Amino acid sequence: MSDTTRDSQIDAAAVTPAVRGTLPPVGDDVVASVVRVSKAYRLGGHLVRALDDVSIDFHRGDFVAIMGSSGSGKSTLLNLLGCLDRPTTGRYILAGQDVARMDDQTLSRVRGRYLGFIFQSYNLIQQLSVVENIAVPLAYQRPPLPGGHDRCLRLAELVGLSGRLGHRPTELSGGQQQRVAIARALVNNPQVILADEPTGNLDTATSHEIMDLLDALNRAGRTIVMVTHEDDIAARARRVVRLRDGRIERVSENRPAAS
Amino acid sequence: MDVLQQIRLGFRSLMLHKLRSGLAVLGILIGVTAVIWLVAMGEGVSFQAQQQIKDLGATSIIIRSIKPADESTLDTNSRMGISYGLLRDDYDRLLSNVPTISRAVPMREISREVRHRDRAIDGQLIGCTPDYFALNRLPIARGRPLTEVDLRTYANVTVLAHEAAGTLFPIADPLGRAVQVGQEFYVVVGVAAPRTAAAAIGGSLGARQYDRDVYIPLSTFRTRIGDRVFTVRAGSTQLETVELSQITAVVDSMSDVDETANVVKSLLARYHKQVDYAVVVPKELLEQAETMRAMFNVLLVLIAGISLLVGGIGIMNIMLATVTERTREIGIRRALGATRTEIVQQFLWETVVLSGTGGLLGVLFGFLCGPTITAVRAAVAGGLPDVWAALPANIRNLEPRLAPWSVIAAFGISVGVGILFGIYPARRAASMDPIEALRHE
Repeated sequence: MSDTTRDSQIDAAAVTPAVRGTLPPVGDDVVASVVRVSKAYRLGGHLVRALDDVSIDFHRGDFVAIMGSSGSGKSTLLNLLGCLDRPTTGRYILAGQDVARMDDQTLSRVRGRYLGFIFQSYNLIQQLSVVENIAVPLAYQRPPLPGGHDRCLRLAELVGLSGRLGHRPTELSGGQQQRVAIARALVNNPQVILADEPTGNLDTATSHEIMDLLDALNRAGRTIVMVTHEDDIAARARRVVRLRDGRIERVSENRPAAS
Repeated sequence: MDVLQQIRLGFRSLMLHKLRSGLAVLGILIGVTAVIWLVAMGEGVSFQAQQQIKDLGATSIIIRSIKPADESTLDTNSRMGISYGLLRDDYDRLLSNVPTISRAVPMREISREVRHRDRAIDGQLIGCTPDYFALNRLPIARGRPLTEVDLRTYANVTVLAHEAAGTLFPIADPLGRAVQVGQEFYVVVGVAAPRTAAAAIGGSLGARQYDRDVYIPLSTFRTRIGDRVFTVRAGSTQLETVELSQITAVVDSMSDVDETANVVKSLLARYHKQVDYAVVVPKELLEQAETMRAMFNVLLVLIAGISLLVGGIGIMNIMLATVTERTREIGIRRALGATRTEIVQQFLWETVVLSGTGGLLGVLFGFLCGPTITAVRAAVAGGLPDVWAALPANIRNLEPRLAPWSVIAAFGISVGVGILFGIYPARRAASMDPIEALRHE
């Protein structure tokens, strides 16, 4: 994908107000596909099936919320989607490649290139400033992305933190920190943004601000997969996937795309 | 990330714990400074020694009389006492039989009390020829040196060494006045300039001091003092007969020195029943000193290595703590695309910044070696004059000589130590499971 496309996406997200009701259509092309994936590990002599024969496709422009009680396998699924873990059996196709059997080095590169991460506890690096935190994934791009610094500045503006570029994470509120994390998740122009309880540490008002931002990104064409256990947060996604005991219990459409 | 960014990042991360990083830097700093200082002082000492040996003359061969340890083999009878050492015949034989010897300077010395009125010193009475002054680089500060005429006329004249003159004549001008040795009086005709001690040569352990010498013509020595000397030792007196204390043979070129020395040895061996002499070749001393210096330097580097090793362990300790503390950061970076190699690199750069900073500061302090020693010396000389006077001349005159190789080596080793001791913590950081690392509190 060329740089101009990336930039136009960002700008579109920046200027598009969160208009409810009319959503751009989800594309036909599948960006991430989980095919008959199982994940099992030994825990105190017992074989635990964290994921049991799960198959699910994620289309371009989709916004999926993964829900489920603790132990349902939603964290395991997110780790697999994030290429932080490999399935015991099954295939995971990301950007046209099967990443299930990749070695550690290649997986790292895949994460850096195709994925963006948003965490519950923001996970910013304390000794770095806002703009430096946004730039962290750029250090791991091979080949390097051109115009990195400008991208960081534009993304900081996009998430509304232009005035705090030099601040340290400790000098920011939780909502502001999460905005930095979102900008960071966008800097490498990922295929999929993975959000692990992005509003888990935030109050209701701030949660909705963050969700507005994610919503805007999705409208601009970003694919987002989000784990949450809060119903009102999940309601902001297009689809909700409910997991139970390592299996997909139900997939429901919240807001069908305008066709 | 380029090197500059890596170094900047490493520096920033280390600034998270200023005290801790500072202490680790201090460990390396002390190690590096110690290396540079030790080597500089060692070089200073060995330079001094070499200078002293060179003063003996690289083209000289020094032959000294030595009292053999086993006295029973000596030419002994109760009336004549013992007789040993170099003979005047040896001097003639050397000059006539060894063509490579261009000149030879004989000398006879003895410890004697030298007086002027109520003042006295335990001096070294030296009978010598005019050549002796040039040979030993003894410039005359005032008056004149001994001459051939003095030698021929058995003149009762003397040249005083600097300190001897100063002690005997604290105020008055010594020139033209007389000093007394035993029953004899000698007119002072010259005063030598001060001269530092020369290297120790065969038979005498200490460095040759010139400060209390009293020079008289060799011919005068022979007539006034004679070859026979009473020595009092362990309560009994002993009569010793020694014709010459030392002959310094000078060769024209350095390349002839070794061969000439061998010829001299075999010549002397033919006429001496026992080895009552020693042949010292300053050139060999110079080579020995060179070997000593190399060994000394190896020793210093070893000590330095140990101190840097300790510094390195300090660094490893810090980095292990850092890695544990920053587990979360490692997890974040791994999730955001960092490979294991990149994590290893990041933490290695951090240790290199740590040890490199210590190394640079150490080099900086290393350069302060000269001024510091000068300052300390001035402080001791000013504040504790008694202590100062009691110090050996070698220490009083020590000038540290900064060795460029030691600066480069010390800095290089410090950075090397950083890398070596950084590898384990860095690998530990990289081997973490990113999921576990992200969960770390």
